[in-house]
Order: sequence, then structure tokens, then C-alpha cells
Amino acid sequence: MSGGMPGPPPEERPTPDGRRNAQGIRVDPEVAAEPPVRRAVISVLVAHEPGVLSEVSGLFSRRQFNIESLTVGPTADPDRARITVVCEEPEPGVDQLKKQLRKLLPVVDVRELPDDAVRRELALIKVDADDPAEVRAVAEMYDGRTVDACPETVTVEVTGSRQKVGAAVETLGRFGVREVVRTGTTALARGTDTTTDQTSTEQTTNAREPTTEP
Amino acid sequence: MTGPDSTPPGDADSTAEPADPATDHGATDESPDGRTDRPRDRRQRRDAATDGGIAATEAPAPEERPTDDAVAEDVSTGAEAAVAALEAGGVEHVFGVQGGAIMPVYDALYDASIRHVTMAHEQGAAHAADAYGIVSGRPGVCMATSGPGATNLVTGIADADMDSDPLVALTGQVPTEFVGNDAFQETDTTGVTTPVTKANYFASDPDAVGNDVGEALALAASGRPGPTLVDLPKDATNGEIPKDATNGETRSAPGEPEPPDSYEVTETADAESVEAAARRIEEARKPLLLLGGGVIKAEASEVCREFATEHGIPVVTTMPAVGAFPEDHDIALEMAGMHGTGYANMAVTHCDTLIAVGCRFDDRLTGGIETFAPDAEVVHVDVDPAEISKNVHADYPLVGDAKAVMAQLADEVKAFPRAEEWRETVQGWKDEYAMTYVAPDDEPVKPQFVVEALDEATADDAIVTTGVGQHQMWAVQYWTFTEPRCWVSSHGLGAMGYGLPAAIGARLAADAEGRDDAPVVCVDGDGSFLMTLQELSVAVRESLDITVAVLNNEYIGMVRQWQDVFFDGRRMASGYDWCPQFDVLAAAFGAEGFRIDDYDEVAETIEAALAHDGPSVIDVHVDPDEDVYPMVPSGGDNGQFALSEDHL
Repeated sequence: MSGGMPGPPPEERPTPDGRRNAQGIRVDPEVAAEPPVRRAVISVLVAHEPGVLSEVSGLFSRRQFNIESLTVGPTADPDRARITVVCEEPEPGVDQLKKQLRKLLPVVDVRELPDDAVRRELALIKVDADDPAEVRAVAEMYDGRTVDACPETVTVEVTGSRQKVGAAVETLGRFGVREVVRTGTTALARGTDTTTDQTSTEQTTNAREPTTEP
Repeated sequence: MTGPDSTPPGDADSTAEPADPATDHGATDESPDGRTDRPRDRRQRRDAATDGGIAATEAPAPEERPTDDAVAEDVSTGAEAAVAALEAGGVEHVFGVQGGAIMPVYDALYDASIRHVTMAHEQGAAHAADAYGIVSGRPGVCMATSGPGATNLVTGIADADMDSDPLVALTGQVPTEFVGNDAFQETDTTGVTTPVTKANYFASDPDAVGNDVGEALALAASGRPGPTLVDLPKDATNGEIPKDATNGETRSAPGEPEPPDSYEVTETADAESVEAAARRIEEARKPLLLLGGGVIKAEASEVCREFATEHGIPVVTTMPAVGAFPEDHDIALEMAGMHGTGYANMAVTHCDTLIAVGCRFDDRLTGGIETFAPDAEVVHVDVDPAEISKNVHADYPLVGDAKAVMAQLADEVKAFPRAEEWRETVQGWKDEYAMTYVAPDDEPVKPQFVVEALDEATADDAIVTTGVGQHQMWAVQYWTFTEPRCWVSSHGLGAMGYGLPAAIGARLAADAEGRDDAPVVCVDGDGSFLMTLQELSVAVRESLDITVAVLNNEYIGMVRQWQDVFFDGRRMASGYDWCPQFDVLAAAFGAEGFRIDDYDEVAETIEAALAHDGPSVIDVHVDPDEDVYPMVPSGGDNGQFALSEDHL
């Protein structure tokens, strides 16, 4: 009600020309465009101990990172497990996700896999067995195989890229899909690159993050 | 049930797990990287307990601590190891509340050198410890039992997390074999606190308790400080740890606490980045230094002051950084943001180079991100790489300790930025948007006047704590802070009720730091005071010299202000209509009570309250209609701050 102060009102003050976008990056207001969403596969090496998965997944939900899939499993080292995360974020978001992951104590290593990394997903598709031979033929088109059959249903296993598995599920749909389970993406870099190399300086917890170009 | 040996071994099928500690008693459980493993047998024990047919209804009666007869000379307990770890870490004070599951740890405190302050409520314990950390720079420690004790701490832990304050919480937990059974006073404390701690530990192994506590203590203060928590199941604290025959120490006997090896902190920024930032600063025509709470935490106030004054770069601060730069200096523009000064917000909006040190670009500082320092190249110094470009893009990221990096920058910046014109502009804004208020004689006492009177009546080293709301804003606006570690508040979380317990923690920290002469003043609001006023009993019991000034407008004033502007004046649930007489209430607690109704009572009442050796409370009846300005509405443009309701 009271407490007014002296000084020119807002409309009489000089205003700067510049703007920032929602990511806090300075942009030309005339051509301001939001950075495109990018899909990234992040391989996270963690200590194999209780509570780590919930710590990692809790981070994603509380910071509203957009996660498409998350898989977890043991590694060659019994003290380590690997979490493979596929996320979809505008550029600063992917970077932020990696940095936040590195702050978690049980996280040993965080690495984004290159685009050409080997990515695999597995699906089990249970369809009606009205025409088992036809189902098998379609499955073979996708290098799939029949893993279970009974008079009413046939279950097909398909492994491959997300796109391939998606296509297989779609094509098998014409037989009448009863149920589908998919694993989410797991991935590994090609060639001699490994993600378990803890001596890599760029990857260590709290390592300096290089400048991100806008 | 009192020792690890009585715990059934883990189930056989968890092949990825190491041998159960119960059967692995002779070996130190270390992982290949040398870091002592966090306990990993929780699941196993839970399963074992279930297999053993222990009914959930069999509530964990407080077990007997092993009697002195049972504890032979060559044996220690997990609880003793926890306390030994605190002592080894130089902890002098602990704030807490007793309870069933934490009793063994309290028992171990019985013979310790640590002074325990019994608080009225666990929230008070956490806030007191938080303030202790702010004032001393060393982690404050709070303790509580399982279940409600632990959940009551959560507000204070979350507060420390938002403000990056060094804090360690020790919580009791039901014995491991009951965990997961919904036992009496069982809460999944590590689960509840994971989102609000820097790290937490479930210390189920008596052998590891001491190390876990030491690690938590070290982590809380390392790098970017923050709260850590160690959950202490009763069987682990009661559990016996054999001592080594050769040196009489247990494996859990902690030395100087150290963070885990995997935790790395970058101290200095890389030279190339520093050079690039320095060139930018030299070219700046409108440079501005923005100091955040990290400056005080890194003890970088001095180097920042020198940098700013030497190069003639005006300085704004965030709220946690108040005191990092003397507010009475020519180039001080004080606090920026929602209720920052008009000149600070003008400077932020129009600068061409923003040197941000130890700040996280909170929305209360930036307002709408689109209009935040829109013409500025940003140099961002922070010890936490994740803060770089989190909210505001950093053109020149400098990751490292604020003190070290500012020293690097000071060395590298060779030429003064040519900012004469800019300094004149800024000075013009300081005159144009002066922080003034009107105080007509025929109106109730203005709260700003009371804050100024308190400031005037106290020395520069006075420590000010606050609750959250209008009174907090008036305190930060009208008290002239010149030294770091004098402003103690709940910034990021905005936890009402922070002020009084914080004053208790601040008082003990000041005394421990040789600042016994520094007065501790809690500027509180009636709403905030009502939330934690039971802690007055602690201040009286412990004979703590603190002065509480309740700026009493019988409103949740900030909400009332927003309702008037944004909700058509519909004052739903913001008015109290009736408040207790706080001076009388203080007297009932055994504190000294005072009351102010008129301007002519202000100076002498404050004088008397400050002079009282012990806790005193002044119930100051202030103008209930006074609003806080300037104000940038939530998400608004900093440069378009409102100076009155008409501007909103």
C-alpha cells in the first residue's frame, strides 16, 4: 500500500537492445531460434552398490531431463555397473545432464557416445498364431527369431537399432500384437574406445568442462 | 542384536556383492580405487531379516548399549567411532535432539570434548548448525533420531543445500534387520534426503561408521560446500569394533577427515581461459562485478575487493554475498535482483561485461532470463562445473576456487578497463534511485527505520540473522553490511523460522571464533518468529546473548503485499488479526521482553535490549501497510523494477 520510492518510472528508463533465449544465451532478437533438440547416448559407469540407480534416475526426474530410455547392467568389473541413458535435450541440456551426473559420488565416469556407436535394443513381440509360418517369415526379414510358440500365440525376438526394432514391431502388428516388451538402448563405442578407462582426464568427476559453443 | 556378528549372513544369490561384513570381519573393505566402500549390504540384511521371520510388529525396543562390563578394553563401538570422527574433524559444537535410535551416539558424546546444544525441535537444530557453518566457515553439525527426528531436519538440510552451506547431519536409524519393515520411527532417511544433500551415507557397518562420518564432514566443506548426512542404524552404532592390538586403534579410528579419493575439486582455472577473460575485461567499457555466496565461502572477499577497487569496477552482490563487498563503498551498488537496489538492477541490465563470481544465477537474481544482462559478455567463475551455463550462458567459463581464480585474473588483467563514463552513469543511478523511505510522525513506526536504528546501535562486526519475508528484505536493504560472515539468512530455500535458531548457531560460532564481542541480532517477522519461537528456551537455557527484533505487522507481510498487487487485495490467510504479545511471551521463557510502539521509543529500547546480557526480544509494532520496494516481479525485467505499486 505504501513504501513508494523516488526515481524515474520503468517506461522512462533506457532499455538495452539485446535479448537472451530460454537457455540464457545471447541471441539476435530478430532471428532468435531455440537450439534444436538433440538425441544423445550417455554411458555412465557407476559403483555397483545399492541405491545408485535411484540416485541417478532421481536426478533426471528432479531436474526434468528428458530421458527416452535407461538401461542398467553389470560390467566386466564386479565393482562397477553401467547405466546407458538416451536423452533428448537442446544442446545446453545434454551438457548439463553430463555435468550433474558427474557430481554424484557413486558415478565413476560419464561419456557421451559418438553417433556411430553400436546401439542395440531388444524386443519380444507376442502375436496371434493364426499363421505361424507367415510370422516366422516376417520375423526373419528383421533377423528376428521365434522364441516361443503355442497354439494361440507366437513370440518373436528382435534385436537391433531402435529404428529396426520399431519397424519390426510395426510390421508384426498385422498379425495382432498381444504384448510387446522393449529393453531400451544399450550402446558401446566402436573400435578400441572404451568407457571403462578411468585414467581419461576429461571424464573424471568434477573435471573442468570445456566451453560450450552456443 | 548388538553386534555385527549376530546379523545373519547375506543371502547366497547376490553374486555381485562382496562377502558380508559379518563374515569378513578381518579385512578392510576397500575397492580397487582405494576408496573405502560405502555399505553395500543393506538389501542382504533386509532379506535376511525377512527370512529370519522377524515380524514387523516386533518394534525395535531401544536395545541396551553394551554395558561397561561387556565393552572390553580392546573394543570400541560404532557410536564411539562416529564421535571420534567428529572430534578428529575439530567439531566443537553439535546441535540436536535426543531419541531412541540415536541414543548410542549421544551416549558416546557423554565423555567427548564436544559441546552438545539441546534444541527444542530438530528444524532448529539444522538451522542452528547451518548458521554455525556460515559464521565459522566450518561445517555445522546437527543430530536427530530416526523417523520424525530425521524428517524434521529436512527443511534445514534443504536450506543448506540451496545455499551451499557446510552442514553435517547425523541421524539415528532403526537396526538394519528392521529396515524396510516399516518399523517404529523408521523413515528411509537416505532416500528422503538424497535430493537435498551433496552426499549421504547409510552406515550399516560398525567398522565403517567412523570413516563415513569423517568423509561426510570433509565433503561438506570441500569444493562447493553443502550438506551431507550419515544415517546410523542402531546396531551399527552399538556394534563392537575390535581394536588393533599393536596401536590400540580401530580400523574405524579416523584421522583428519578426508573426502573420498574419487571426489576431485578443480582449484585453478586453466591459463588460456583466464587470459581470454582478462582480455575481455580490459576491453570492457561497462564492466560489472557480480559477487555470489561462493565468494564468502571461498574466503575470496578480500581479493574481490582489491580487484574491484583497483580496476574501478562497480560491484553488485547476490543476497548470500551481502558483506563480501563493503556496502558503504563508492562503487558498491549493493544487492541486485527482485528486491535489490534500483541502481544494482540498472547496472546489471546495462553492463557490457559481467564478471560473476561464485553465483548460480538464481531466478530471484536474474528475473526473466531473456532480459538478464542482455548486452553482457559473461565471465563466470565457479568451483562447480555444473553451474557454468546452467541458467545463463558463460562466454568465459572459469572453473575453480573463487579465491584462486580471482587471484589468477588479478594477475592477468594488465590494463584498466576504460570505464570512467560507466562509473559516472552508475553514480547517477545511485542518486536517482536512492534507497529512501518516508516516515511520517502520524503513521506507525516504519520497519526500515528500526533496521537502521539497530544497525546504528551495533558495531560493524554485528551478525544479523533473519527469517523470510518482508522483514528479511528490509534488513538486507537498510542494514549497511561491510564484512563477510555477518549476514546469515535463508536465501535459496526461503525457510520462514530460520532467524531464531540461526541466531543461536551464529552466537556459538562467533564465540568459538573469538568474535565474542560481536552482537548477534535476529531481525525477525511475526510470522517467521511464530514458526520456531520454542528455540527461545534454548537461548535462555544456554545463556546466549542474542537480541531478537520482531518487526511485527501481524501479517505474513510479503504474501499480503503480493495479494494487494496480484490478487486484487484479497488477503486470504495472510493476516493474523491477533498475535501473542511477544515481549510477554519472551518473559515467560525467561528472556527479557521489550515493546516498541512509537518512534521515540526506538533508540532507547534497542539500546536496553542490546545491553541485556542474555536473550532479549523486542516486539516492534510496525506499519502493517508498508511494502517492500524496489521490486522486480517474478520473471520480470530487472531494469523495469517497480518503485511503487503503480509500476506493477
